[in-house]
Amino acid sequence: MSDQETGKGRSSLGPFHIITGLILLFGVFLTVYRFTQGLGPMTNLSHEYPWGLWIGFDLLCGVALAAGGFVTTAACYIFGLKKYHIAVRPAVLTAMLGYLLVVIALTYDVGRPWRLPYPFVVQSGTTSVLFEVALCVMIYLLTLIAEYSQVAFEWLRMSVARSMVMKVILFLTVLGVILSTMHQSSLGALYLIAPSKMHPLWYSAYIPVYFFVSSIVAGLSMVIVEMSLARRFMRRKMDEAHERGYEDVVLGFGKAAAFVLAGYVSLKVLGLAVENDWGYLVTGFGGLFLIELLGFFALPAYVFAVAARERRVGLVKWTALWAVLGIVLNRINVSLIAYNWNLSVGEHYFPGWMEFGLTIFIVTLGLVLYRYCVTRMPVLYEHPEYTDTH
Amino acid sequence: MHRRKFLGLLGSAGVGTIAASTAQAAGGKQFEGYPDSFSVLFDSTECIGCRKCEQACNEVNNLDEPEKPFDDKTVLEKKRRTTSDAYTVVNKYEVPGKSEPVYRKIQCNHCMEPACASACFVGAFRKTEMGAVTYDPSVCVGCRYCMIACPFHIPAYEYDKVIEPRVMKCTMCYETRLIKGELPACVEACPKEALLFGKREQLLRLARRKLQTYPESYVQHIYGEEEMGGTNWLYISGTSFENLGMNTDLGNTPAPQYTSGALKLVPGVVALWPLLLGGIYAVSRRKDKIAEQERQESVEQAVAETKEQAKKELEEFKEKAERDKKKEVEKAAQKAREEAQAERKDEEGGSDE
Repeated sequence: MSDQETGKGRSSLGPFHIITGLILLFGVFLTVYRFTQGLGPMTNLSHEYPWGLWIGFDLLCGVALAAGGFVTTAACYIFGLKKYHIAVRPAVLTAMLGYLLVVIALTYDVGRPWRLPYPFVVQSGTTSVLFEVALCVMIYLLTLIAEYSQVAFEWLRMSVARSMVMKVILFLTVLGVILSTMHQSSLGALYLIAPSKMHPLWYSAYIPVYFFVSSIVAGLSMVIVEMSLARRFMRRKMDEAHERGYEDVVLGFGKAAAFVLAGYVSLKVLGLAVENDWGYLVTGFGGLFLIELLGFFALPAYVFAVAARERRVGLVKWTALWAVLGIVLNRINVSLIAYNWNLSVGEHYFPGWMEFGLTIFIVTLGLVLYRYCVTRMPVLYEHPEYTDTH
Repeated sequence: MHRRKFLGLLGSAGVGTIAASTAQAAGGKQFEGYPDSFSVLFDSTECIGCRKCEQACNEVNNLDEPEKPFDDKTVLEKKRRTTSDAYTVVNKYEVPGKSEPVYRKIQCNHCMEPACASACFVGAFRKTEMGAVTYDPSVCVGCRYCMIACPFHIPAYEYDKVIEPRVMKCTMCYETRLIKGELPACVEACPKEALLFGKREQLLRLARRKLQTYPESYVQHIYGEEEMGGTNWLYISGTSFENLGMNTDLGNTPAPQYTSGALKLVPGVVALWPLLLGGIYAVSRRKDKIAEQERQESVEQAVAETKEQAKKELEEFKEKAERDKKKEVEKAAQKAREEAQAERKDEEGGSDE
């Protein structure tokens, strides 16, 4: 695909344009439908399942998978691991787009999206975990936009503005870590209030910690996946430094992911022990729990470690995808499977086709925006006029 | 900082947090509910499943007319829950060992510390001093977190409304009747004594008296006295509450306490992360600086060594050259001397002849 894209440029209509164009067109239809017919006809949401696919996937997974931003900036700017510098811009871009899409998806999900600023300007429910999530997500999205703005300023050749951003980049990075710690964990804490509705294997006083630690795994793995995809499809935009540093990032992040995953699995086992939930492991839900924990967290931890030690870049990439699927499985399990687990058969929720449709539309929108930015702005390469330290 | 000292500080921080939480628990600040709040006591032994309460609720709240009329008892064959068109429903339960079915009325339990109010990020729900939990649609964003939070599966949502969907639930007729000094519509409509209205304390006393006076007719428990920290809707029953489809595993912790712990950690994160990250940053900077210094030093040293070496080599070369030159000169001198000697010999020989 990269070959044919290098050939013509923007004017040609490749399969990418046709497929994404159709999906976006379909998205327009879904948008009109949502805001003329309402959630009722469009979704399978019910009084028992007020949160469905759009919260379980678009919000919970979207935010977790956008954690690459704070993980990479912290690694590079705070921990001083300069070899990851080439990963900073792609990671910040995908994080910014990720959060942007989360907010866009929320405008479809909430009943009166135009009131989304109400908690901050009209009346604040500060006892709500959701208030914390909303506040942090809002400020963090602004932080990401500020972090990314240096790229846009380079593109627009606005040197003064760019150097001003460069001066506060450390502050923005620390702010990003604080906000991410808070809202990544709080997304799990949302479920703390409903112990009677959650399956005990997934309900835990430690769920905020589980969500935060697993978000680091998601961030590391997504950066590996993104970099691999960019190298596959956007190679013409990569400069020497990216080509050379790519393997270091993949292997380094893979190694880090192995450690964090191992820590996560230990935490979960400790949680099981502290809350004495061993008995549930022999039930059907226990089977699902073990598939999730062993098959999608413990095993990837091991494979990451082996692949990083033996410097097998390809294996690290596939394991990263595997870990990403694990995060998705975990978030779906928490929000849609463990939640309301004790309802009787027939009362359970399965997303409607238009819910899937909108989710596909949102993801496609992200791909298109990413491609737009990467083909125009210095994300995968250094701007020739700004090659100083940054 | 010494490592041991640092660990010691960590330890004392841990003790501090534990001490703080126990101090709070012992501080007697637990919310006991508004002292004069109103309650409703539901007695399942009195309920005949006539659905008059449902009808009254529907009328006073101007809800849509149901498909089947309120006197249609076939509706009771299916288990129902509250919806956006029905703030209260009555369900029928066949109880093992009893010939007659038992009925239970479902509606908002008006928790003393409501999960919905705690979960709402715009504060749309309010626990009034009269006991009712009310909802303000003028600020509601429609996120539906209240529905996730409610342990009793009560709030319903107007999914079919496009522009102004609301969360719908029983308000104990707060605005329509309670503040005017009237009874909630369902209580007034009840033809039996299945629903009794009064101060919560009075109703609890009455319920206890009933349980004591007719111990064989009642399960010895008042549902709602302690559940989820206590509710303003109370239940007594002749059969176990599980048989009435009620969750008896809720525990007595008020819902807000489940999340307050996590929220309390927020200031800690805000305060400690910058310190920790700043420290890591400083250490990594210093490491880089030292590495850079060491690199420079070693380069300088290498340069100096090379220079020294070159100097030495040059000197050696010079010396060697000098030596060679000397040797050469000496050799030449020797040769000259030898030649001179030979010549002299020749001359001497010549003169001898």
